[in-house]
Amino acid sequence: MIRAAITSAAPDIAAELARLEALGGGGIASFTGIVRGEDGLAALELEAWPAMAERALGEIAGEAAARWPLLGVTLLHRHGVLEVGERIVFVGTAAAHRAPALEACAFLIDWAKTKAPFWKREHRDDGSRRWIEARHADDAAAARWG
Amino acid sequence: MSVLRLLYFARVREAIGRDGEEIERPAMAETIADLVDLLAARGGGYAEALADRSRLRAALDQRFVPLDAPLADARELALFPPVTGG
Repeated sequence: MIRAAITSAAPDIAAELARLEALGGGGIASFTGIVRGEDGLAALELEAWPAMAERALGEIAGEAAARWPLLGVTLLHRHGVLEVGERIVFVGTAAAHRAPALEACAFLIDWAKTKAPFWKREHRDDGSRRWIEARHADDAAAARWG
Repeated sequence: MSVLRLLYFARVREAIGRDGEEIERPAMAETIADLVDLLAARGGGYAEALADRSRLRAALDQRFVPLDAPLADARELALFPPVTGG
């Protein structure tokens, strides 16, 4: 099962995990990215290129399924203006055993951060807006998977 | 002459002041970088948006490609800063 999508609503994590648990594997791993509360941050805007984002997320999920023996992959990424504490991204994997589930989960978030067309912009309390710069650490994290 | 659809995102969209446009494919532009040079020469927001090539990325027909990639017969070119999702 591959489930990859761009969404405006927050993912229902209990429902997403239940979907993965129903696949009959012995291990489920997940990662949820949240809007971090930082001084002066009012909201975080996620600009997306919807047509390509959907395709890119599907290809990243497919790549994970090709590299690890997975029973299920879920990769959901939001767009729009999100408040502090809201979910930005959900990654879930199901496998017979824990290692592939955990490794594929880490791979999926590393690649989603660097290979899907989304751009973050901070909305500050003072009304200003600021594009977030790409981080070399994210590129390095993605590169370690080859 | 053929039409090339341009898409702009994030900082690039903001500096140029529009999210896209259609242009006649310039005969002189063999690669994406060639076309970016022509666009930047328009000045104003284009020059600002496209000044720093180290922070410019591209996709041809929804595939990420380097700036020195040939335009070939692509129908759509997107220009944007490095992605920051996740």
